[in-house]
Amino acid sequence: MISEGAVWAIFLLPVGALAVNALVVRLFLNDRPSLAMFTIVAALGAAVVLSVWTLASVIENGTHIFDEYTWLTVGGVELRFGLMVDSLTAIMLVVVTSVSLMVQVYSHGYMKGDPGYVRYFAFMSLFSAAMIGLVMAGNIIQLFVMWELVGLGSYLLIGFWTHRPAAAAAAKKAFLVTRIGDFGFLLAILYLFFNRAAFMEQGLDPLSIADIQAAAPLITSGAMAALGGLGLTWVAVGIFAGAAGKSAQFPLHVWLPDAMEGPTPVSALIHAATMVAAGVFLVARFFPVFEASTEAMAAVALVGAFTALFAASMGLVMKDIKRVLAYSTISQLGYMMAALGIGAYGAAIFHLFTHAFFKALLFLGAGSVNHATGTFDMRYMGGLRRIMPWTYALMMIGSLSLVGIFPLAGFWSKDEILGYAWKGGSVVEMAVFLMLAVSVAATAFYTFRMMYMTFHGQFRGGVEAEEKEQGIPAEDSHGGKVHLAESPWVMVAPMAILGVGAVAGGYLVNPQSGLLGIPVHWFSEFVVPPVVEHGKALPLNSMLAAVTTIVALGFIGLATAMYVKGKRVDPGVEKAVEPVRRTVEAKYYFDELYEDKLVVKGFYGKLGGFLEWFDQQVVDSVVDAAGWFSRNLGWAFGRLQSGQAQFYGVGITSGIVVILVAYLVWG
Amino acid sequence: MSTFDGMLTAVVFLPLVGAILLLALARTDRRVRLTALAVVVADFVLAALVFIRYDADGGSRFQLLDRFEWISTEVFTAQYQLGVDGISAPLVLLTGLLGLCAVLASWSIKMRVKEYFVWLLVLQTAVMGVFVSLDFLLFFLFWELELIPMYFLISIWGSGRKEYSAMKFLVFTFLGSAFMLVSILALFLADGGAQLDMIGWAESGADLARTVIPISVVFWFFFVAFAVKLPLLPVHTWLPDAHTDAPTAVSMMLAGVLLKMGGYGLLRITVGMFPDMTVDHALILTVLAVVTILYAAVVTLRQTDLKRLIAYSSVSHMGLVVLGIGAVGVMGGTYNKLGLTGAAMQLFTHGTITGLLFLCVGVLYERTHTRYIPDLGGLAQRMPFLAVAFVIGGLASLGLPGLSGFVSEILVFLGAFKAFPWLTALGAFGIVIAAGYILWMLQRALFGPARERFAHVGPSNLMERIPMALLVISIVVVGVFPSLLTDVFDAGLGPITAVLGG
Repeated sequence: MISEGAVWAIFLLPVGALAVNALVVRLFLNDRPSLAMFTIVAALGAAVVLSVWTLASVIENGTHIFDEYTWLTVGGVELRFGLMVDSLTAIMLVVVTSVSLMVQVYSHGYMKGDPGYVRYFAFMSLFSAAMIGLVMAGNIIQLFVMWELVGLGSYLLIGFWTHRPAAAAAAKKAFLVTRIGDFGFLLAILYLFFNRAAFMEQGLDPLSIADIQAAAPLITSGAMAALGGLGLTWVAVGIFAGAAGKSAQFPLHVWLPDAMEGPTPVSALIHAATMVAAGVFLVARFFPVFEASTEAMAAVALVGAFTALFAASMGLVMKDIKRVLAYSTISQLGYMMAALGIGAYGAAIFHLFTHAFFKALLFLGAGSVNHATGTFDMRYMGGLRRIMPWTYALMMIGSLSLVGIFPLAGFWSKDEILGYAWKGGSVVEMAVFLMLAVSVAATAFYTFRMMYMTFHGQFRGGVEAEEKEQGIPAEDSHGGKVHLAESPWVMVAPMAILGVGAVAGGYLVNPQSGLLGIPVHWFSEFVVPPVVEHGKALPLNSMLAAVTTIVALGFIGLATAMYVKGKRVDPGVEKAVEPVRRTVEAKYYFDELYEDKLVVKGFYGKLGGFLEWFDQQVVDSVVDAAGWFSRNLGWAFGRLQSGQAQFYGVGITSGIVVILVAYLVWG
Repeated sequence: MSTFDGMLTAVVFLPLVGAILLLALARTDRRVRLTALAVVVADFVLAALVFIRYDADGGSRFQLLDRFEWISTEVFTAQYQLGVDGISAPLVLLTGLLGLCAVLASWSIKMRVKEYFVWLLVLQTAVMGVFVSLDFLLFFLFWELELIPMYFLISIWGSGRKEYSAMKFLVFTFLGSAFMLVSILALFLADGGAQLDMIGWAESGADLARTVIPISVVFWFFFVAFAVKLPLLPVHTWLPDAHTDAPTAVSMMLAGVLLKMGGYGLLRITVGMFPDMTVDHALILTVLAVVTILYAAVVTLRQTDLKRLIAYSSVSHMGLVVLGIGAVGVMGGTYNKLGLTGAAMQLFTHGTITGLLFLCVGVLYERTHTRYIPDLGGLAQRMPFLAVAFVIGGLASLGLPGLSGFVSEILVFLGAFKAFPWLTALGAFGIVIAAGYILWMLQRALFGPARERFAHVGPSNLMERIPMALLVISIVVVGVFPSLLTDVFDAGLGPITAVLGG
């Protein structure tokens, strides 16, 4: 059984890397920047080993909950922190540390020569540490702290190139949009604490995660009436608001595509293992609370499924390879949320697991392509498959996994979700199934459109052509150059390792029949903690799997016809769908609605403008306009202060003395 | 029964003695600066000792007492009475820290140097005096004493409409003080003898029936004085003007410790001495708090002058103090304690955070000669140290966990939500707006492409980095180890919440 210290070390190692990088390497050893990379790679390497050990220990001994420590005590309430290591945490630890490790190695190649190299690895250490701290938190306040620090990490990394206005704006947007969700999460915490008495009656602590999980069935059974009825639903909705912000679920999805402004390895980390996975993790962590509320479950399911479809539709028309992948991530997160909403706990986390590998791979591949072409705009790529065979092959693996082609990892996890929705049969589940099934088709199309535009046909000039044609202002330039060649091994090797995960990470951990001593449905059975009622695994519905595979292959064929064979859609049809296409390309105008209409025009312009006017013209001018202030009294004081300060002090003191004397004499 | 420990008298009057020494002895500007620095360093050490010597776990409620009879007549005695409890001990430390940072931040003052530092030191004596006085007459004298140096510091060394702003500050505060004076006089004129001993009030409660004017008037008049100082809506408009036109170090002192006098007054006098009335009016306080938080936050968004922006954000953040105090509106000692401790923590944490932010603006202004945000930008590359400090200050201000501001906020919210859930939820939305104005400010001031007109801008120097580093360290330490302060505040607020009956 793993010791408490060893689990803490998984968190403290990257914290140590942060301290070393920020306070030692950055300040004193700036001429040897690669020390920063070695520090974090060493720390994360050790963390991977410890995480695997933790996983082994949880497999053997079940959930570990260690004693909590007191952070502060006020009025008899202790805010504590501790470790809660269940199967979910153990899986997340392995995913987070291993994907992060791969990303760091890759970054060494990608960020080489960047003046902010050391700062980059310091931020990466912080980001990884916060995510690790988040998944092992035993207390909801502790979780919230780590949650916000994950947000900080993404803010710093998205805005890493501070001199680029777009990066600074995207970083701010990411932090603000997620903070709106965090506001809901905070209210949920406050509401739990509001009902502290009800928890204490049952001998529970309203801030301990294990106790909140334990309370959910008591609330359903009526033993904790204070939180019954709508109360629990509000807690779940608040938590989901936080999760929707971090996991970029509709309508808080707008920040993730813009987050592309960070260095590409950051995107890989954000999209695969940290940040967006945190939202799915959060819902899973408080799953007993959600299970106790039908309304909350339905909301999660429908929002997730709608997001899956909605985001996939935007992936169809994007021109920037990272944006295609970004919408793909939002869509896949929608799958996970929808799965949670219909009770498919195991399937959701299984999909999170497989997605982490193939999406990290795809992003690193996009970075590799960018390394060669200097651009992310697919219109200026093409023909790279001969120049970058490794990148091409690995991205193809990632793409097939994303589309869900047998027998790659994505196939198993996605079909498990679809199977669950199909089998359910309620109205919500039917709707979820339909939306997710249509998304399968869209996913197949946008993924292969991306692959073909990037790797097939003729090379179209890279960043040089882009800057010439688009007239990109110098300050927004990525500063890339065209040098067509395969990326160095330090970038390819991590992709290859992730590629192994994208191939084997599905069947191997969650086999349909006993394999190499791995039990049937091991992952889905293991990851569902005992406190969760739903969510055990279903046998593969092979009929359904066959149908979705045919659909996916059909849409790959369509993409092939359009982007390889160059077949044009009938002009009449093209004209008819033109307005739709334009709306989708404009991202359904959500950025305009939020940024221009709601925030700039409404909140800042109307409300802010009015209050500022009110403040200056009404509140303040009452003072000025009274006249006595600016003229008479001012004049009087002006006389007084013209000479010496002492007059003033003397004036006050003598005033008091006069009153005192008056009282003494006449009182 | 007189008793004299001496340490508090030293911590209060050392700056004043230093000021007199400056006047008498220091000849060159250099020597003036060094002497002032020596004085504030010594005072900071003393303040730290006061904080360390205050024993939260045991001993009496008020400690390190300095007491003797000061004015004695047959009808009343005024005591010279200094002491600290868990509420004031951290504020003494805060004042020592900010005083030190303020002198360092004033290193580049060129005009009438001696006079400037004299006033700065007198200011420190006045603020220290407010926090440790335990007699109403003495309290009031220190309260008023603070106005004089502030007035001169703003009107002589300020910028922009400095005379107007200085006068506005003076008149507002003076009007507030007038209300307080009436209340104090009412206590003084109470039937059967004056009740000026704050320890007596705190420990045995006062005989409220004996005041010559209705006790609710006494309560509200005190409240007005503190609300002006804090400030709360609608008596806040002096603050943006005063801050904008004050020199950097004075803004730091103003936001860092002077506003805290208002919050301290609310805790010590409003809640501490009129607990029942505070409970009765908790709803009004909470409404005022929430309006202040949201209104000021929205107005902050609109500001284009860095100092004005931070000044308005201060108004919003001081609303949190009152929100925390509003937590007394629920029966339940735990929640009361959380809210009040959060309010007290907010005094300390906002002091260091806003002190740091004003310092950063000052350092930036020193080089760019503009505070107009649209003219700024791209400075992170030219001033990396400043950028790091500014970003940390900003993140602390928006309540990022791991930094000190979060601790105060979460305590305030945990406490106040029980008393007024809907209002607190509204107020908590202030943290979203805060993220908006802080990040937008950082984006416009620091980030973006380097600008040619700032090509001459060089990095910050050592005298600027020391106070920035001190404040950053205090923000991080309190953020990670909040119990260093919360234990002390918790002890200090214990007797008060006990009276609330929870």
